[in-house]
Amino acid sequence: MANITKEEIRKPENLVYKKTDLLTDKALSYCPGCGHGTAHRIVMEVLEEMDIQDKTIGIAPVGCSVLAYEFMNIDMQQAAHGRAPALATAVKRLHPDKFVFTYQGDGDLAAIGTAETIHACNRGENIVIIFINNGIYGMTGGQMAPTTLPGMKSSTSPYGRDVQTMGNPLKITELIAQLPGTIFVTRQAVHTPAHVRKTKKAIRKAFENQKLNKGLSFVEIVSNCNSGWKMTPLKSNEWMVDNMFPFYPLGDIKVNE
Amino acid sequence: MKELRLMKGNEAFAEAAIRAGADGYFGYPITPQSEVMEYLMAEKPHERTGMVVLQAESEVAAINMVYGGAACGKRVLTSSSSPGISLKQEGISYIAGAELPCVILNVVRGGPGLGTIQPSQSDYFQSTKGGGHGDYKLLVLAPSSVQEMADFAGLGFELAFKYRNPVLILSDGAIGQMMEKVELDEQKPRWTEEEIIKNTPWATTGKTKNRERNIITSLDLDSGKQELHNIALQAKYREMEKNETRYEAISCEDAEYLIVAYGTSARLSQKAVDLLRAEGYKVGLLRPITLFPFPTAVIAKLADQVKGILTVEMSAGQMIEDVRLAVGCRVKVEHFGRMGGIIPSPTEVVDAMHKKIIGG
Repeated sequence: MANITKEEIRKPENLVYKKTDLLTDKALSYCPGCGHGTAHRIVMEVLEEMDIQDKTIGIAPVGCSVLAYEFMNIDMQQAAHGRAPALATAVKRLHPDKFVFTYQGDGDLAAIGTAETIHACNRGENIVIIFINNGIYGMTGGQMAPTTLPGMKSSTSPYGRDVQTMGNPLKITELIAQLPGTIFVTRQAVHTPAHVRKTKKAIRKAFENQKLNKGLSFVEIVSNCNSGWKMTPLKSNEWMVDNMFPFYPLGDIKVNE
Repeated sequence: MKELRLMKGNEAFAEAAIRAGADGYFGYPITPQSEVMEYLMAEKPHERTGMVVLQAESEVAAINMVYGGAACGKRVLTSSSSPGISLKQEGISYIAGAELPCVILNVVRGGPGLGTIQPSQSDYFQSTKGGGHGDYKLLVLAPSSVQEMADFAGLGFELAFKYRNPVLILSDGAIGQMMEKVELDEQKPRWTEEEIIKNTPWATTGKTKNRERNIITSLDLDSGKQELHNIALQAKYREMEKNETRYEAISCEDAEYLIVAYGTSARLSQKAVDLLRAEGYKVGLLRPITLFPFPTAVIAKLADQVKGILTVEMSAGQMIEDVRLAVGCRVKVEHFGRMGGIIPSPTEVVDAMHKKIIGG
């Protein structure tokens, strides 16, 4: 392997990975080490593998992924903070033949947009919700989120989240799973290749559900925020495994066939 | 063939929206406009034309559903009354920023706060001066009859798509609740998918291989580009001022005194004009039909002709500021109005004319 030349590497038979055309060439605005890039990639790979990119409309939130439309090479709408499920509801109702998904963070989905999230799920809108939970407001500089763990430090809980005065973290995914409109509710992660493969399978299942008009599929991805958590990328992933996963256990929460 | 019916203003608006080829209505109940969604639900427009009607969980969700639908090039609308319209302001600002076409009906009730369910015109500032954040304008139509409630549904869509701008129909509880004879247009077909792609090439209809992706957003973190976007918006608003100013001038040719009033106030002011003319005073009525763009030029011209102007509004006096701007201190401009959901009587307007303008 050491002797392989540049020319040889570029030969099609030596190609082991190719970025999907559904990701633009624009440099990601995410911090190095953040899970958003991987999450973007697998969502786009699923659309490409299902060959539904020309029938898909994505909804970007407010938060770190506000610029998702810069990176996802499909038709997209950018929503007001928390309102993505309302937009997606109308798009799907008016275009039942299209695939519709929202891509939202924890502040967007589980704080300011709680009503829109719960009611879209409860109505059983035939859409996919991708929920990135990193327990912090990344975009605005690391403030406390609805999913910030007890004792966890943020710029607005500098001494750690005191649940007596700041309230408890919201396990919105477990709450969503209780609603009759949801068909598939799962919690995954993207910090190792094995987890990425599993998450991609879950996302594929979510879009397949939409194809079959089954109802709402909800895929939470527990992710890191190395900048907001003030850790190196590697340390943040270890911290996530040790602290986030016990509180937000990975796996399927609801699978209705 | 036009169809003649006896209808409430709210019902006439709903029926006219179906006939205008609307694709979707998203709303939330609030008095005095709930008949709009009630009528639509009872009519089953999905069976008539394929139109979608959905009761949202809040006014906030409803206006954001409108954003989503409009971003697909669909003809979508919502309706509410004052407190609900306040909730929609965030969404309206985003819709204006993203330049999406839609129709919004406000059947105004008295405020502030929960206020009252009775008619008022106290949302003029909110409707014409912004309402939400940022430099934007809505095209504002002010119906003064059930007929105009019907007519403005279709006109609203026409103007909304012409300018890629939200159109607000600023009605009030009296116009929404009263029953009148109304002539309804024939059913227009909804746009086909092909027509939507042709008429709204900017819409998110799914990125096909032969075009770049379409993005609907109000965001640009580059201040230079954001300023250019704002400059383009302002140019569009100037175009609206040039092309879309609408008003009705009643008995203005020989007028020595003028009343300026819109909506319900214009109806009762017209009676006041008749009463004053019977007394021998040459009074005219200028009824703005568009509140933005405001009929500034015609009011400025009438200011050279009349000795005084009274604005009649069911508010503390909001439109009077635009009238004064048009007149520029050349003649006296005074306000008369009632607040809190009270409709003044024509004789109260006659008295106010005597006290504040003719004898004042």
